[in-house]
Amino acid sequence: MHITALLLSRLQFAFTISFHIIFPSFTIGLAAWLTILEALHLATGRPTYRVLFEFWLKVFAVAFGIGVVTGVVMAFQFGTNWSVLARMSGPIQGPLISYETFMAFFLEASFFGILLFGRARVAPWLYLVSTAMVALGTTLSAFWIMVNNSWMQVPTGYVLSQGGFVPDDWPQILFNSVVWVRFPHMLLASYLTGAFCVAATGAWYVLRREFNAEARVMLHMGLGLAAVLLPVQLFFGHLVGDYVHDRQPAKFAAIEGRWHDEQPAGEVLIAIPDPATETDRYQIKVPVLGSLIGSLSLHSKEVGLTDFPREDRPPVAIPFFAFRIMVACGLIMLLLAWVGTYLSLKHRLERHRALLQIIFASFPLPFIAILTGWFTAEVGRQPWTIYGLLRTADAVTPILATRTALISLVVYCTLYAFIGAFGVLFIYRLLRAGPGGRLVLPPGSGRGRPLLTGNDPLIAAPESP
Amino acid sequence: MIIFWVSVLALGILLYVLLDGFDLGVGILFGFTYNDDKRRVMISAVAPFWDGNETWLLVAGVVLWGAFPIIYAILFSALYLPLVFMLAGLILRGVAFEFRNKALHLRWVWDAAFAGGSLLAAFMQGLMVGALVAGLPISHGNYTGGEFGWLSPFSVLCGAGLCLGYALLGACWLVRKCSGEVQAGAYRLIPVLSLMAFAMLTAVFTVALREHLQVLDRWLERPYLFIFPVLGIAAGIGLISGVRRRRELEPLCFAAATFAAAFCTFAISFWPYMIPFSITIDAAAAPHSSLAFMFWGEGLFVLPLMLVYTALTCRVFHGKVRSQSDSY
Repeated sequence: MHITALLLSRLQFAFTISFHIIFPSFTIGLAAWLTILEALHLATGRPTYRVLFEFWLKVFAVAFGIGVVTGVVMAFQFGTNWSVLARMSGPIQGPLISYETFMAFFLEASFFGILLFGRARVAPWLYLVSTAMVALGTTLSAFWIMVNNSWMQVPTGYVLSQGGFVPDDWPQILFNSVVWVRFPHMLLASYLTGAFCVAATGAWYVLRREFNAEARVMLHMGLGLAAVLLPVQLFFGHLVGDYVHDRQPAKFAAIEGRWHDEQPAGEVLIAIPDPATETDRYQIKVPVLGSLIGSLSLHSKEVGLTDFPREDRPPVAIPFFAFRIMVACGLIMLLLAWVGTYLSLKHRLERHRALLQIIFASFPLPFIAILTGWFTAEVGRQPWTIYGLLRTADAVTPILATRTALISLVVYCTLYAFIGAFGVLFIYRLLRAGPGGRLVLPPGSGRGRPLLTGNDPLIAAPESP
Repeated sequence: MIIFWVSVLALGILLYVLLDGFDLGVGILFGFTYNDDKRRVMISAVAPFWDGNETWLLVAGVVLWGAFPIIYAILFSALYLPLVFMLAGLILRGVAFEFRNKALHLRWVWDAAFAGGSLLAAFMQGLMVGALVAGLPISHGNYTGGEFGWLSPFSVLCGAGLCLGYALLGACWLVRKCSGEVQAGAYRLIPVLSLMAFAMLTAVFTVALREHLQVLDRWLERPYLFIFPVLGIAAGIGLISGVRRRRELEPLCFAAATFAAAFCTFAISFWPYMIPFSITIDAAAAPHSSLAFMFWGEGLFVLPLMLVYTALTCRVFHGKVRSQSDSY
């Protein structure tokens, strides 16, 4: 393959955004979990909740830090590598992204400081509010990103003028059905990520026979939340599929591995798509199911990839496989969450050590599901960056030299590998050490403390935990 | 509408320079401090603030994209490599806050990342300002200066100058937030850094004269611009006098005033251009529907809130740093 600035820019965008999304999806869920813990502690006064809060806050801090610094790159990358896109869609995407910065980042950044350094400086209620504000900030951030990405997937509420997209219907851009199925889908995915990481950590400690009280809370709350949310998530996943079916038929055909029109259409469960012959090899196919999934009908005609000119088709293999991996992860998580919750309701979960081991080992599943879900969405919309309107190849910065693009790609890859490796190591160490140890403020002692007491000194961070 | 967003952009950049300026400055000074206790105090003096401060950079970036998309597209693609290196510096600096406390044997790596990242980011920011002042060649809405068009003796001098300027701000912040040895050291540094920054400014000005930069013509056309350098010098004198009298807040205020004066000098020399001297503010502005959408939400309601958050953080974390293990 010929190496061009376009190819390098695409690789760079794919790499930086894939790396980045791992951390926000984790912290969105964790922030909600922290808020629940802090509220539970204030309501019940049970020390376990405080111990858990302080434990997960340390994990949160590492993941949040990496999420923040890698997120800044994204806001600049549209201008550096995709200047044509930035100029043409700037009047729409710029305001959306600016809302994210204004509404979300300031909430997160300001109240996160209070979370980390302000326990002894603010009243308990304000500390709880700060936690909730951080959670709200992460959620708002996800909202604006999903509005922005949904507009690129299904552009709406614009007119073309002077070689650019001019917004003429903001309510349509913000409140269309595509946004409101994709945003919940992403939000639920983040909550599930948090839930599974918490449950897996709990399972680990139960297996090690350590931190019994905390481990049980983690295991039960994590699995319980996942058991409730997963069916909802599958439902929203189906709705996302519906919009793809109706608005991005080429992507839908690629996901389905359907090369030719079929009536009624079958559903390819697994196969190896072969673009050269425009067929699927080694396929296992269920008849009629394709029509049922696509149109909720037994005899609808479903569109095949060959209906589209070759230059308008997405690559098939990545969306095809990524989608199946995502669904498989979701189904395994559903099974684990339901069986685990059933057993924990019967108070028998701690005895099933094999199941606990599987739950412990399942923490990568939600991350894999999120990444493959995004691969499906983003690769599936190729060759377009703004679907049907602007091709990725035309969106790249025209003056970008291959050497320059290579330098930045190498810089980002090296840097991210470096901070990613250490971040994972530090999170692993925190989790291995487990909750316990010294608390910043003993549970209960912060109660009734006046807001912003006069002269207490700014407290420096400890050298080691 | 256009004027409103130009003002927000200017406010964002100025607040970023002032706020992250002292963070980055403390980071630069951190690199020249070898005592571990002092280092801990220094990093604690900025730890609760840096994230919020860095967000003002994002504000400037995204307002540029939303309100002036042409400028965002041209400028960011023209300054590709300096931006990448600046971001690399900010990434290293940002993770160092968290990672430093978690490292067992490799703390020196994160100390180096904190100091080096701060220095790199500051230098690249100065260099980009320098490149913009020196003038980026634009024709038909495209940058035509080539891969390294931003690199010149002038822009390098500006980069070094901003490092000194930030270090000065950082020293003033340390005077305000710290006590004991760190504060005493910072008091001693301020006059030295001020002199060096002044010398660098003179060098920058000399190079500008030698190269007949177009921006100098604006000064002859608009003699009232000289009010800002005069204000800057006055603030500089205030700064030194504040240090002499060992006032804790005065140096910070006067250093900030010096920066603000320098910023106004630039802004008014460029007016009404956004990229001097090829693209004007009016030509770069996004359609009215974009500006209005931004104005009625984030401009009118969220922007004041953001200022409140910034103030709230300062309020909660007022007072002196004391090295004590009472946070996470």
